[in-house]
Amino acid sequence: MALQSLDIVRRSATTTPSPQAREAHAGEVAKLIDVTKCIGCKACQVACMEWNDLRDEIGSCTGHYDNPADLSEHSWTLMRFSEHETAAGDLEWLIRKDGCMHCADPGCLKACPAPGAIVQYANGIVDFHEENCIGCGYCVTGCPFNVPRISKRDHKAYKCTLCSDRVAVGLEPACVKTCPTGAIVFGTKDDMKQHAAERIEDLKSRGFEHAGLYDPAGVGGTHVMYVLHHADQPQLYANLPAEPKISAMVGLWKGMSKPLALLAIAATAFAGFLHYIGIGPNEVDEDDEAAARREMEETR
Amino acid sequence: MTNHWVDIKNADLVLIMGGNAAEAHPCGFKWVTEAKAHNKAKLIVVDPRFTRSASVADVYAPIRPGTDIVFLGGLIAYLLANDKIQREYVVNYTDLSFIVKDAFTFEQGLYSGYNADKRSYDKSSWDYELGDDGYVRTDPTLADPRCVYSLLKQHYARYTPDMVERVCGTPKDKVLHIWELIASTAVPTRAMTIMYALGWTQHSIGSQMIRTGAMVQLLLGNIGIAGGGMNALRGHSNIQGLTDLGLMSNLLPGYMTLPNEAEQDYDKYIAARAQKPLRPNQLSYWQNYGKFFVSFMKAWWGDAATAENHWGYDYLPKLDKPYDMLQTFELMSQGKVNGYICQGFNPLAAAPNKAKMDASLAKLKFLVIMDPLATETSEFWRNAGVHNDVDPAKIQTEVFRLPTTCFAEEDGSLTNSSRWLQWHWKGANPPGEARSDLEIMAGLFTRLRKAYREEGGAFPDPILNLAWKYAHADSPAPEELAREYSGSALKDLADPKDSTKVVRKAGEQLAGFAELRDDGSTSSGCWIFCGAWGPTGNLMARRDSSDPTGIGQTINWAWSWPANRRVLYNRASCDPSGKPFNPERKLVGWNGSAWGGADIPDFKADENPAGGMGPFIMNPEGVARFFARGAMAEGPFPEHYEPFETPLGRNLLNPDQPQAISNPAARVFKDDREAFGKAEQFPHVATTYRLTEHFHYWTKHVRLNAILQPEQFVEIGEALAKEVGVENGGRVKVSSNRGHIVAVAMVTKRIKALTIDGRTVHTVGIPIHWGFTGVAKAGFLANSLTPVVGDGNSQTPEFKSFLVKVEKA
Amino acid sequence: MTDLTRRQFLKVTGATLVGSSLGLLGFSPAPALAEVREFKLSRATETRNTCPYCSVACGVLMYGLGDRAKNAQASIFHIEGDPDHPVNRGTLCPKGAALIDFIHSDSRLKYPEYRAPGSDRWERIGWDDALNRIAKLMKQDRDANFVAKNAQGQTVNRWLTTGMLAASASSNEVGYLTHKVARSLGLLAFDNQARV
Repeated sequence: MALQSLDIVRRSATTTPSPQAREAHAGEVAKLIDVTKCIGCKACQVACMEWNDLRDEIGSCTGHYDNPADLSEHSWTLMRFSEHETAAGDLEWLIRKDGCMHCADPGCLKACPAPGAIVQYANGIVDFHEENCIGCGYCVTGCPFNVPRISKRDHKAYKCTLCSDRVAVGLEPACVKTCPTGAIVFGTKDDMKQHAAERIEDLKSRGFEHAGLYDPAGVGGTHVMYVLHHADQPQLYANLPAEPKISAMVGLWKGMSKPLALLAIAATAFAGFLHYIGIGPNEVDEDDEAAARREMEETR
Repeated sequence: MTNHWVDIKNADLVLIMGGNAAEAHPCGFKWVTEAKAHNKAKLIVVDPRFTRSASVADVYAPIRPGTDIVFLGGLIAYLLANDKIQREYVVNYTDLSFIVKDAFTFEQGLYSGYNADKRSYDKSSWDYELGDDGYVRTDPTLADPRCVYSLLKQHYARYTPDMVERVCGTPKDKVLHIWELIASTAVPTRAMTIMYALGWTQHSIGSQMIRTGAMVQLLLGNIGIAGGGMNALRGHSNIQGLTDLGLMSNLLPGYMTLPNEAEQDYDKYIAARAQKPLRPNQLSYWQNYGKFFVSFMKAWWGDAATAENHWGYDYLPKLDKPYDMLQTFELMSQGKVNGYICQGFNPLAAAPNKAKMDASLAKLKFLVIMDPLATETSEFWRNAGVHNDVDPAKIQTEVFRLPTTCFAEEDGSLTNSSRWLQWHWKGANPPGEARSDLEIMAGLFTRLRKAYREEGGAFPDPILNLAWKYAHADSPAPEELAREYSGSALKDLADPKDSTKVVRKAGEQLAGFAELRDDGSTSSGCWIFCGAWGPTGNLMARRDSSDPTGIGQTINWAWSWPANRRVLYNRASCDPSGKPFNPERKLVGWNGSAWGGADIPDFKADENPAGGMGPFIMNPEGVARFFARGAMAEGPFPEHYEPFETPLGRNLLNPDQPQAISNPAARVFKDDREAFGKAEQFPHVATTYRLTEHFHYWTKHVRLNAILQPEQFVEIGEALAKEVGVENGGRVKVSSNRGHIVAVAMVTKRIKALTIDGRTVHTVGIPIHWGFTGVAKAGFLANSLTPVVGDGNSQTPEFKSFLVKVEKA
Repeated sequence: MTDLTRRQFLKVTGATLVGSSLGLLGFSPAPALAEVREFKLSRATETRNTCPYCSVACGVLMYGLGDRAKNAQASIFHIEGDPDHPVNRGTLCPKGAALIDFIHSDSRLKYPEYRAPGSDRWERIGWDDALNRIAKLMKQDRDANFVAKNAQGQTVNRWLTTGMLAASASSNEVGYLTHKVARSLGLLAFDNQARV
C-alpha cells in the first residue's frame, strides 16, 4: 500500500481538488489501543522515537511516571498515568497512550493555512509534511485532542504519522509491533472494531459494565481508537475529551475567513513574492501568535 | 521455570506474588494477557505496591514486605481444612503419606537440633522413618499422626486468616477472596501458575517463601501440568545458563556440587550424590552422577583425567564453606582478598551496603573489569561528589578496565528462564579495540599457563593439563565451546545391549545425557546441556515455530534442557494409570507401550505406569517433598521469620522465642549485625525494585531509557508524605543505619500504609536504577541503604525488606 | 458563531496568507514532495539475535548498514522484534526496543585502560600490556597464597585471595570457558548475578 500523491484525499489550504480516483478498497486502517491491557511500559514511546530517529530531552522527575512530561517534536506519543479510586475504594491505575487520533474529519488539516502541510490519505492516515509547514500553530488550535506540537528549534509542527512509511510498505506501525501485551493492535478499521467488541465483552464479564469503544463521532470517527473500561467517563483517562469537536475557530476560518482570505490573495501575492525572495519566508511573531492563541482558547 | 513463557497461556488462574512480571518481563507477561483474553483466566497480584502488574489484575491485595510465608501458610491451612486438594495427585505424587521420625519436633519457631551458638541445626531428626526393608514407611490413608500430612496440618494451624491480617496487613476479606479463587484450581481441569522473581528471593527467608508457593501448587495438583508450575521469571538474559553451568562458589556444571574438604575419598563423594531409591522401583536419576561427573572431568582435563587419578579429583578445589558474594566481600573488608575480577558485573551498585563495598574494594591490590560499559565499580575510586564521596589519593588499588563486545557483536547461545538455549548471530564489529570475553579469558589463561610452564609455581597441574584443543588458543570459537559442553564420544561406544554394535563413533557428538558413561569414554562439559549440539548439529539454532497441538510447546524451536523437555515433571500431568488428568491440555500420556505426546516425557520412556514409578525422578523417593528433609537450612517446613530489620521487633507467630524473631539459621557477620537499624530510629519499611523503563544499572547508559525515567525517585504513600511534610515532586532524604540517599518524592495512592498488629506501618518504594555513571541524571546507588544479610540457603541479600527513615530534604 | 476580535480576524485572514498565496502561485514545493518517508530497511542486512536484558530472551532482528560486501563496514542502525519468535512474536519492551542506544552508548568502552594506585584518572594501555600485567599479578597472588592442604592435612587445592564475578548476560560459551579457567586455578570466591 504505497502512499504517494494519488493516495492523498485531502490537502490543507488547497483549493484545487485532490485526486479522487484511488480508494481504500481493502479497508481503511486503524490502530486500536486497549487501555485495559496496557501496562504503561512505554515500549511504544521508545519504538516511536527509535523508528522515527527522534530523541527527546533527558528531563527530570516531577513526581509522575509521565516522562517526557508532554508531547513534543521528539515525542509523538507518550503514556499518561492517572490514579483513580473507584466508588468501592479499589485503586485503578489508568494509563492512556496519547498521540494523534488520525480523525476522519481532521481539525488540524482544516485549520492549516499552509498548502500541503497536512494531508489525509485514502487509508485514513493524517500526515504532516513539515517542509510545507509555516509554524503558525493553527493545527494545534484545530486539534480537539491537543496533539500537534511546534518545535522551538525549527518552528514546524510535529505529530504521529501512524508510521506512514511502514504502513506504505504493508507493515504495522512501530508502536503496534513492539507492544508487549498486545494492548495496541492494528488492522482495517472494521477488524479493529470487531476486535474491540470482543474485548468489551470480556471486560463486561469481569464487571466493567461501562466498558466500551472510543471512536468519537464529533470528528467523524478516528483511525486511532481506544477500548476503555469506563467508556462513560473518558475524562478519567488524563482528560480524554468526552465529546471532541473541531474548534469553533476552525469553522470560522473555513466558513468566513477563508473566502475573504482567498479574495485577498491576489492583492497580497505580489507583495508576498517580493517579501519572500527579499527577506525569506514570513514567520509569525511569537508574542503576537501566543496572544492570538490565548484569545482563541478563551473563546472555546 | 518448571514450565515456560508461552505455556502461561494455558493457565486458568495466574498468581503473581514476589514478582512484577508486567514491569520486569513485559514480553513474557504477554502470555498472561493471552490467558486472560483467550482462556478466561483471572489474574491475582499480591504485592506491597500496586504495580504495573496490579494495574491489569482482576484482584490485587497489598502485603507487608517479607511476610509472604504467612499469607501462603494460611492458604495451606485453608486448603487442608476445606479439603481443597487434588487428592489423587498428592497421595500418589507427594510425600504426604510418609512417616517422619519421632525425634523431629517444632516448638516456638525452632525445629529439633538447633544450636544457637552456631546458628545452625543438627538435621539428623529431619527425616523419614525407614522400614526394615530400607524403604520409607507410609500411611496412604494419611491418618497417622506422624505422617507428613498430619504434621503439615498441625504446622500451619497457627496461620489463621486473622493472623494473616495481623502480620501481613492484608485485609481479611481480600485474603479469603484470593484463597477461594486459588482453591478453585484443586480440580484436575483447572490450572494455576505462580510467577515470582526477586520479590521472593531477596529475603532472609526467600528460599522458604518459594517452597511455600511450591507446596501450594503441589496440594492443588498444579505441578507438571500445562498452565501450571512454579515459574521463576529470573533476571539477566543468561542467569539461567550461568547457574546451569555452575558459575557459583559451590557448584559444578549441571548442578553437580564441588566436594567439601572432608570429602577426600572420591568414591564416597560420588556415592553421597548418587542416592539410592527410598521406595521400590524408583528411578532416582542422580544415581547416574558418576557418569555426569566423569564425562565432565574428561571435558576439562582430557587425557590427564584418568581412572587412576580419579579423573583429576584433586584438581578441583575443596570447600570449607561457601564463598558467595557476601562472604567474599566480608573477607575483602577484612583485607583478606588481594585480587578481584568483575566480568560484566557491577558489584558496587549490585551488592548491599555501598559503604562497605567502597571500603572493601579499596583494600584490593588489583581489580580487573571486563565490561562493555563504564560501570560504577570500575570507577569506585573516583570522587563523584555526594554520589561517591571518596578520595582517590587514598585508594591504592590498581584497576584494569577491559572493553568487551556486546550481544550484537558476538555469536553464541543464551539460556532463558524457560530453559531454552537459543543461538544468536553477530551483526557488527565492536567499537574501538573491544574484545570478546572469550578472547580475554583465553588471553589470561594462555599467559598464566605459559608462566607456569616456564617458571613453575603453586600446584600447576590443573592449569598445565587443562584441555585446550581450540584451533586458536587465544580465541576459542563459540562453536568449539558449544560442542564441548554438549559432549562427544571419546572412543567408539558399543551398544550396552549388543556389544557388537557401535552406537557412536569416536569423535561423534552425543545425542543426550543418556549416552554418558563413567569409564572415561565420553566427554560432556555440562551434562544437562548434552545434546544441545548433537550428531545432527546445533539444535540451539533451530527456528521452527510450529506448534501442531496448539498448546504452545514449539519443541523444534531452539533446544531446551533437559533433553529438549519443555515442561518439567510432566509425568505428573497424568493419573497413576498414565491418562492425562485434563485431556484438553494433554502434555504426555501412556499409550500401552510408551510415553509420548506434545512434550518429551519427563520419565523413563517405556516404563509401565503399573510399576508405580513416581514422576519426580530426581528425588530418591520418586515423589515431591512437602517435608524437605535436610535440604533446607532453617527447617523442613517453611516458617515465618521477620526480616532482620523488622518494624515489629518480634515474630507474632512465635512471640515468646527471641531466637526465632528472624531466620535462626541465616549467616550474619558481626560487623553487618552491628550495622542493622532498629524501628525506633528507622520506622519505615523500605523495599527496592526495578522499573520497566530500566534494566538494573545498565540502561542508565542508554539514552532512550534515560529519557523514559531520567531521574532518581522514591515512592511513598499519601499518609507518609503528609507525616513528613513533603509534596509530590519535592525531595526527600531516605536514611538507613548504613547510609542515605536523596531523591524526588513520588507521592502515590499505589502505596498505602498498612495496619500491622494494630500499628501503622509505612512502606517506602526505592527503584534502583541510578548511579554516578551514564547519561541519566546522576543519583545515589540504592544499595547505600541495604543491609548485608542473605537468605539462609542461597545467600541472596535481603533487599526487599529493611528499615529506613524518610525526611523532607 | 463566537465573536471575532480584530486581532483574531487579522490572525486568521492576514498573517497566514503569505504562505497560502505563495503556495497558490507555485512557490511552495509541497505537491512535489508530498510523499511518505522512504522505508529505511529496504536493503539493510538483517541479523537474528537475542535481547541481552531479561530472561524472557526475546528474539530481535538487527538491521545493519551495508550488505556484507567486503568494503562495507557493518553498523547496526535499527533493531526490532523477531515476529517468528514464539515468545515475543515481534514485540519488545522499552528496554529491548531501545537496544540501538545501548550498542551506540557514549559509555561504551573502546580501549583497555589502567588506573594507577592513588591516581584520579584513567590512562590508555595496550591489550598485551594489560593482559601480561594482570596475568603476572594473578600468578604472584596465587603462588603466594595457594592452599594445597588445610590444617588437618586434607588436600584442598584452593586459592582464596583472588575472586571473580562472572556475567549473567554473557553467553553459555563465555560462561563455560570462564568457569573452566577459574576452577582450574583453584578459585572458590566465584559467583554470578544469580544471587542479586
